[in-house]
Amino acid sequence: MAAAAALEAVAPTGALWGLVQDFVMGQQEGPADQVAADVKSGSYTVLQVVEALGSSLENPEPRTRARGIQLLSQVLLQCHSLLLEKEVIHLILFYENRLKDHHLVIPSVLQGLRALSLCVALPPGLAVSVLKAIFQEVHVQSLPQVDRHTVYSIITNFMRTREEELKGLGADFTFGFIQMMDGEKDPRNLLVAFRIVHDLISRDYSLGPFVEELFEVTSCYFPIDFTPPPNDPHGIQREDLILSLRAVLASTPRFAEFLLPLLIEKVDSEILSAKLDSLQTLNACCAVYGQKELKDFLPSLWASVRREVFQTASERVEADGLAALHSLTACLSRSVLRADAEDLLDSFLSNILQDCRHHLCEPDMKLVWPSAKLLQAAAGASARACDHITSNVLPLLLEQFHKHSQSNQRRTILEMILGFLKLHQKWSYEDKDERPLNVFKDQLCSLVFMALTDPNTQLQLVGIRTLVVLGAQPDLLSSEDLELAVGHLYRLSFLEEDSQSWAAALEASGALATLYPVAFSSHLVPKLAEELGRGELDLARGDESTKCSRHLHCLQALSAVSTHPSIVKETLPLLLQHLCQMNKGNMVAGTNEVIAVCQSLQQVAEKCQQDPESCWYFHQTAVPCLLALAVQASMPEKGHSVLRKVLLEDEVLAAMVSVIGTATTHLSPDLAAQSVAHIVPLFLDGNVSFLPENSFPCRFQPFQDGSSGQRRLVALLMAFVCSLPRNVEIPQLNQLMRELVELSCCPSCPFSSTAAAKCFAGLLNKLPAGQQLDEFLQLAVDKVEAGLSPGPCRSQAFTLLLWVTKALVLRYHPLSSCLTEQLMGLLGDPELGPAAADGFSLLMSDCTDVLTRAGHAEVRIMFRQRFFTDNVPALVQGFHAASQDVKPNYLKGLSHVLNRLPKPVLLPELPTLLSLLLEALSCSDCVVQLSTLSCLQPLLLEAPQVMSLHVDTLVTKFLNLSSSPSMAVRIAALQCMHALTRLPTPVLLPYKPQVIRALAKPLDDKKRLVRKEAVSARGEWFLLGSPGS
Amino acid sequence: MVGGGGVGGGLLENANPLIYERSGERPVTAGEEDEQVPDSIDAREIFDLIRSINDPEHPLTLEELNVVEQVRVQVSDPESTVAVAFTPTIPHCSMATLIGLSIKVKLLRSLPQRFKMDVHITPGTHASEHAVNKQLADKERVAAALENTHLLEVVNQCLSARS
Repeated sequence: MAAAAALEAVAPTGALWGLVQDFVMGQQEGPADQVAADVKSGSYTVLQVVEALGSSLENPEPRTRARGIQLLSQVLLQCHSLLLEKEVIHLILFYENRLKDHHLVIPSVLQGLRALSLCVALPPGLAVSVLKAIFQEVHVQSLPQVDRHTVYSIITNFMRTREEELKGLGADFTFGFIQMMDGEKDPRNLLVAFRIVHDLISRDYSLGPFVEELFEVTSCYFPIDFTPPPNDPHGIQREDLILSLRAVLASTPRFAEFLLPLLIEKVDSEILSAKLDSLQTLNACCAVYGQKELKDFLPSLWASVRREVFQTASERVEADGLAALHSLTACLSRSVLRADAEDLLDSFLSNILQDCRHHLCEPDMKLVWPSAKLLQAAAGASARACDHITSNVLPLLLEQFHKHSQSNQRRTILEMILGFLKLHQKWSYEDKDERPLNVFKDQLCSLVFMALTDPNTQLQLVGIRTLVVLGAQPDLLSSEDLELAVGHLYRLSFLEEDSQSWAAALEASGALATLYPVAFSSHLVPKLAEELGRGELDLARGDESTKCSRHLHCLQALSAVSTHPSIVKETLPLLLQHLCQMNKGNMVAGTNEVIAVCQSLQQVAEKCQQDPESCWYFHQTAVPCLLALAVQASMPEKGHSVLRKVLLEDEVLAAMVSVIGTATTHLSPDLAAQSVAHIVPLFLDGNVSFLPENSFPCRFQPFQDGSSGQRRLVALLMAFVCSLPRNVEIPQLNQLMRELVELSCCPSCPFSSTAAAKCFAGLLNKLPAGQQLDEFLQLAVDKVEAGLSPGPCRSQAFTLLLWVTKALVLRYHPLSSCLTEQLMGLLGDPELGPAAADGFSLLMSDCTDVLTRAGHAEVRIMFRQRFFTDNVPALVQGFHAASQDVKPNYLKGLSHVLNRLPKPVLLPELPTLLSLLLEALSCSDCVVQLSTLSCLQPLLLEAPQVMSLHVDTLVTKFLNLSSSPSMAVRIAALQCMHALTRLPTPVLLPYKPQVIRALAKPLDDKKRLVRKEAVSARGEWFLLGSPGS
Repeated sequence: MVGGGGVGGGLLENANPLIYERSGERPVTAGEEDEQVPDSIDAREIFDLIRSINDPEHPLTLEELNVVEQVRVQVSDPESTVAVAFTPTIPHCSMATLIGLSIKVKLLRSLPQRFKMDVHITPGTHASEHAVNKQLADKERVAAALENTHLLEVVNQCLSARS
């Protein structure tokens, strides 16, 4: 007590002394943070802390000394930035000295040194002194893991801030570190140690004579064999260690002489992961190696890679082997040579060729693919390698192609040729004459044409792909070659529509037409035009169907080649002219043919979208022409053109809608504004002046008392105005909206009233919030209210309500919930209930013509999820409250909502709906059954425990549904039977005999797709609880 | 790995077999999607049943080893008959009976009961062709074999979907 009193006299505050005592003698942890906080806030200095510690630091009992030093170190760790240079010098001296102390003290000493290593005020020279002391005094590998980690941290800190000083130590530093990490076993420490070695090498520290030692001390961990323990809190993965060790091993060419033999040995390992690691490391090394490093090992490396690729059954080994060969070749190609040195690339490639080429020629073709892959991996590395290999291999393959007579073998050979040709696309050759393919061009062309005329589809397909690749080589094909090629493509585009070659030929025409528009417009388009015009002549002979199918092929070919603006300028007039010809009655045309022309036009429009000029050309040419034809058709009948009727049919108008929509969405706003100034007045005021042929027998007044034919054309107005960019102002909007609402509730024709409702909704969706929008909404709400009261136009009013709701749901408009409620109310309506149930499908699905993202509508991405959370509880409640005869409407509505929701979103919600879903299984409606089954199936897989409570119901219901009249329901029910096997086996076993007997019946279903599901379900049930499963 | 087959010391009888390409999934035709049109059971359908059976000693399917081929499947839906010929990879393959048994069991589990099925070795491809065929044709012996837990285990492994 006397000593204490004396101390208190000198110490600035008794509080500090008390805290120190509590920590050192009282073994409490709290005071350390308190002292650190006080130092930080300036209550006392570090010096005062040292003075307060005083005797504890020199106490003869090592535990007390350790405790004292621990306190000091913890304070320093938090306050190192406050230290002055003078203080640092003293502290360092003290700590260095303590390194010699008792082993109990060392951990705290290292913590202190770590704190000081973070110190900015550390004077020059001390870092080196600390490290020397650690190297000399501490045997790192006998310390616990945490303390070893501390030592690595000290080194890392110094390397970050004192690089120059450490480099002054020369190779001693490297040597000291090698000794320190030798024997390290802990993955956490290894990650740090590997990082240090990597820095040693990449920051160019002196390795002196210790290169091999440094390699040994790290490479002994290769290949990494580490499996993290389960529930590992440190989260170190095997892959982390592999990558950080690889970064070390592959960081310097100086390791090459040691590493390459190791890699060659490990590639041969039995263990797959070792093989992969070795090949990947080799791949990484090639980024820094040169010819010098690789020279002596090339034959062995090649032998290893070849063996792996030839023998492996693992695709990953093959892929990594090929990647390694690619990098090796790239490395050899990259090196700069002295004039007198031998070029290793040539001899390496010759080796590869020598070992692979004979496989290409063997009649049984057993190793052709591995050989071709190896050659292609090497050839893909550099232009030089590519030339060397293709100039050797191509003649050989060309010869082989002719030697083999079977189409299958020829196909394999042509596929290989194709692979080599593709590699040539990577390199551009400045000098035209140097292009290595020029020599083979004629042979290649004749080979391709041979393939294109072969009866074997697979060979044709490869031929077509090869033709495209040849065409992509700049200036390779002559105009004669192109003419021949176009001729072949013309022939192929009249093949059967379901054949793969037909589709491939059209695609190839499109690809080549962008490169060679002249060849296609001079050799292909005229022939197609001639074929298309050949209508009436054949008509007499009565082969209507042939003509029709040839016409369809022409139309498809025309749209396929419209990939270049200059070609569009020829094909579009051709297609429109064809349509006009049909209109003038020069040809008898059915609905299907008119639709086919529209589909072609739509495809051309799609191809024009990306090029603003083409886009405007298409719009300006096609839209007025289509409108003129339609207006003409809608005039009161005078002549007896068959087409006039045809043009007004639902499907034809729908096809025209998609042409006009596609031609409008990509217009720039000012061009769109030009167009809108013509088209809206056409519909509102009957202003036909901009149409190409505009002398009509009477006025065009779709919204006034025009004929029903004229009203149908509102669909075309919808296609246009609903595809415009949002910032295009629509003239006479107020009048237009009022007319649309009027028409939408007009009871005469469902097609035109629906079109008007959709058009109204499409415009509503894009309007900015504000007074105008509110007015239009009020207009619609009033109209709906009036219409829904008993009367002739209830179903029209319902359609308007549905579309307006959809428009608002998509943009999260606040009124949407109110409208949805109204819609839900209609589920109980005896007349409109079923329609309302189906309406939910429309609300949740994507439309193709209006309210699309492509058409610039405001569609929020999460609208389905939001609709689900907002409305499903009400639907469920409505279901429970509803009378028996309308319950199915609720189930169906719910089914539609659940069906359209992404499964991951749906899954967590399903358990709460489970009882409803089980009830829905007994519903007689196919849509409900199907949607319920598709909800239950993932639930069986994801939550078998919950589902096993209902196993009895599930088995019975699923088996019942497996004999439903609907094929889709039978399939879904059997898939559920299959998914049931995921439930715990003991739950299922009592049902096994019954299920196996019941599933014998669908094995004899008349539909193959049902039988397939029955087979897999029954197979799984057989395996339940049986040995070996 | 398979005790019953008589493979000693884990050595494979045919360690490095030729591997054949797998045929893709059967493309679904418009007719198959039409509710009304009945699809008769054809050779490809039978082949699809057996092509994915695992070989007892390789991690490969019978199709990849060319043990079964579509051309060696004869089927008549109206007459309810199926005949499958399989080709062991080597003439002395001791697995032949086991492979035949697996095919037979797979067909028993997957085809309607009305079918009469015949599983046999492709003539001239195995040393003890007749003995094996006789065993496979004998209903009682097949039934007895499946009573044997060990054999059933191996057969089930062959029939389990590949993970």
